[in-house]
Amino acid sequence: MATVTPNLAVKYPGTRDTGGGRPPSHGGGGNGDSGSSNGSDYRERLRRARLGLIVGLTAVVMMFVGFTSALLFRKGLPSLDPLTNTYTRDWIPINLPWALLAVNTAVLLASSVTMELARRDIGRQVALAPVKSIPGVSLGDERRFPWLGSTVVLGLGFLVGQFLVWRVLREHHFFVYSGPSSSFAYLLFGAHAVHLAGGVIALTYAAATSLLHRPVEARRIVIDIAGLYWHFMALLWIYIFALLLVAR
Amino acid sequence: MATSEVVHAHAAPQGFIRKYIFSLDHKVIGLQYFFLALTAVWVGMILSLFMRIHMVWPNADLPLIGHIQPEAYLSLVTMHGTIMVFFVLTTAPQGGFGNYFLPIQIGAPDMAFPVLNMLSFWTTFVAFVVMIAAFFVTGGAPLHGWTGYPPLSTIQSAGPGEGLGADLWITSIALFCGASLMGALNFITTTLDLRAKGMTMMRMPLTVWSWFITAILGLLAFGVLLSAGILMLMDRNLGTSFYVPLVVVNGQVLAHRGGSPLLWQHLFWFFGHPEVYIAILPGMGVASQLLSTFSRKPIFGYRAMVYAMLAIGFLGFMVWGHHMFMSGMSPYSAFAFSILTMSIGVPSAIKTFNWLGTLWKGRVRLYTPMLFAVGFVSLFVSGGLSGPFLAQPTLDIPLHDTAFVVGHFHLIMGVAAIFGIFAATYYWVPKMFGRMMNETLGKIHFWFSFIGTYCVFMPMHYLGMAGQPRRYSQFTEVAYLHNLIPLNRFITFAAIITISAQLVFVINLFWSILKGQKATDNPWEATTLEWTTATPPPHDNFGGHTPVVHNGPYEYGVPGAARDYAMQSDPAIAPSPAH
Repeated sequence: MATVTPNLAVKYPGTRDTGGGRPPSHGGGGNGDSGSSNGSDYRERLRRARLGLIVGLTAVVMMFVGFTSALLFRKGLPSLDPLTNTYTRDWIPINLPWALLAVNTAVLLASSVTMELARRDIGRQVALAPVKSIPGVSLGDERRFPWLGSTVVLGLGFLVGQFLVWRVLREHHFFVYSGPSSSFAYLLFGAHAVHLAGGVIALTYAAATSLLHRPVEARRIVIDIAGLYWHFMALLWIYIFALLLVAR
Repeated sequence: MATSEVVHAHAAPQGFIRKYIFSLDHKVIGLQYFFLALTAVWVGMILSLFMRIHMVWPNADLPLIGHIQPEAYLSLVTMHGTIMVFFVLTTAPQGGFGNYFLPIQIGAPDMAFPVLNMLSFWTTFVAFVVMIAAFFVTGGAPLHGWTGYPPLSTIQSAGPGEGLGADLWITSIALFCGASLMGALNFITTTLDLRAKGMTMMRMPLTVWSWFITAILGLLAFGVLLSAGILMLMDRNLGTSFYVPLVVVNGQVLAHRGGSPLLWQHLFWFFGHPEVYIAILPGMGVASQLLSTFSRKPIFGYRAMVYAMLAIGFLGFMVWGHHMFMSGMSPYSAFAFSILTMSIGVPSAIKTFNWLGTLWKGRVRLYTPMLFAVGFVSLFVSGGLSGPFLAQPTLDIPLHDTAFVVGHFHLIMGVAAIFGIFAATYYWVPKMFGRMMNETLGKIHFWFSFIGTYCVFMPMHYLGMAGQPRRYSQFTEVAYLHNLIPLNRFITFAAIITISAQLVFVINLFWSILKGQKATDNPWEATTLEWTTATPPPHDNFGGHTPVVHNGPYEYGVPGAARDYAMQSDPAIAPSPAH
């Protein structure tokens, strides 16, 4: 005689099994049918990558908080000149090429727009992937505008623009050691440019994964994360621009 | 009730390099961090030995370094502090044990970002190599202390070690910041996102909580130190004047103008004070874990312990000014920093009370790890009690540059944290290597270390009150300090004995790893998830399963149960009355 064991979890008094941590994903395998498991695995990886990005950006924020507090401290503080035994303020406002910086800002904001379009585009591709896998189903013209490539070009354009800003500063004899305002301008521009160059490398990697025919889900994660990072870089630039506008 | 879920098993990498060198496995990376810290601690200890011998026999010729010149003494101070703080106290508890056990204790197969984890270790390794390289370049290691105060630290011509040596020092610190940020990112994401089913935040072992909070502190603090370090590198090499005022060196006016040495102090201590908690919080987690396990009692006030750690972490960011009472800060600022500093006593007292409450009427098993956990509590209290003295500007100003401060921070940040590391080592070596450590050698090591460190650091409080300055290369010819020489000599002898006793630990560690008695899967009858898996744990931690958690982490003394504890993945029990 067959014995049937009811598949019910015994609920013990006082236990709270709901609301716990999420079960971790283990590299695409798992119980149940593989399609839904892969889907949930991909969503988990995307969520984890986004969480990691937010945590990582917190560190970048703290770095710029450090720079900002240093700038405000240095600007407001008179220093003792031991030769004359008097307190002096040595902060001379720097003349920045505002027009060129405004153009750079516009380029960076435009790149943020193209980045967002690339991010949405890949999101759409992921959503439509199950439909496309049905034999005989076509979604029409598959050619898409190269939003990602445009972002890389615009990002490089911004970096070139920043290089031109530095050249203008040099021509006006504002060197990194010329005075505190000049030092901070170089520091903030440089730190931002290094971070943005990291973004360009990430985007180039994203474009490369697309050429390497990686699964669309893997590409989406890279592009999504690079995109959010890129937007953050645009916001950071606006912050730096405003900071130098107010406290140069 | 399911106690585990079957999942796809990870394949272990083959080949020596992928398996042991550039491994992505958090357990291998944890061991790499551990052995890096073990190497670093010996370097740091030998430097301290040189210092102690030089202090009482200033004309002695020492092996390796010969007669110590005043500048060389300052190099020893600098490198001892830097190596100990960064490459031991930050590396071993968080990078070592945190890496190895955080994923296992929350039921995860690995860290969230294994490649980042590997990069984090190797960046730390490179940082250590760069730091050690400072000894061997022209001019030697820097003189400016682990706090690196400008203008000494920012002017290349300020002293023999302030050239390339100081550049290497600050580069190493910057690399270490990057590595720590990568590590913190991984710890936070893993804790938030990879917990097994049923592992609610309030079911996490206190060790996990301590690593998690430490990671948050690291994330917020190391970014600021990195920015401060970049400014220092620019001041040193690009001619900027962030920190350097107008300075005259050897009659020559330098080009710097108007910088503020205080700016560095603010930025440095905004990192530096949380760094104290980065060193000690994992020790608190380990002590909580072990006191509960070896008292066979649930931890007293689990939630209070979690909130106390969060409060300590939070307050830790608001008290940096108490390191700067001597800087001429406004008395109003000093008052605010003083009050905030003393308020840290409240969560610290809660923790101490709860540790004692856990021990109270427990069926205490005094194995070596437990001895070190109790030792941790003792040192935490002894070192902590001198904190409120130094938190008051009126007392701090006379005591600040004396041996009193050396005694204080070594007891609480140095030795207490090291006892946390020892406790963790004795407790987890059976899981990491499948062998028990020798109990007799362990107890010898404990008693020599416990009594020895008290003999070294307790008298320093008295020396400080008697007026002995710190950082002085030579004081034996100073008349008013003559009476203190015998006590200094006693400290040096105590230090030699204590450091020698650490050889017992190293012998015990390596002998046990190779020849020790085989460990069972759960030798301490503990409850957390690492004791449910094989010894040593397989590549994916749970051999193709992922545990499902039904219980809190400290279910000891379970009434009516066949054994006196319930593991976290056991079928759920009714909550114990202590909760």
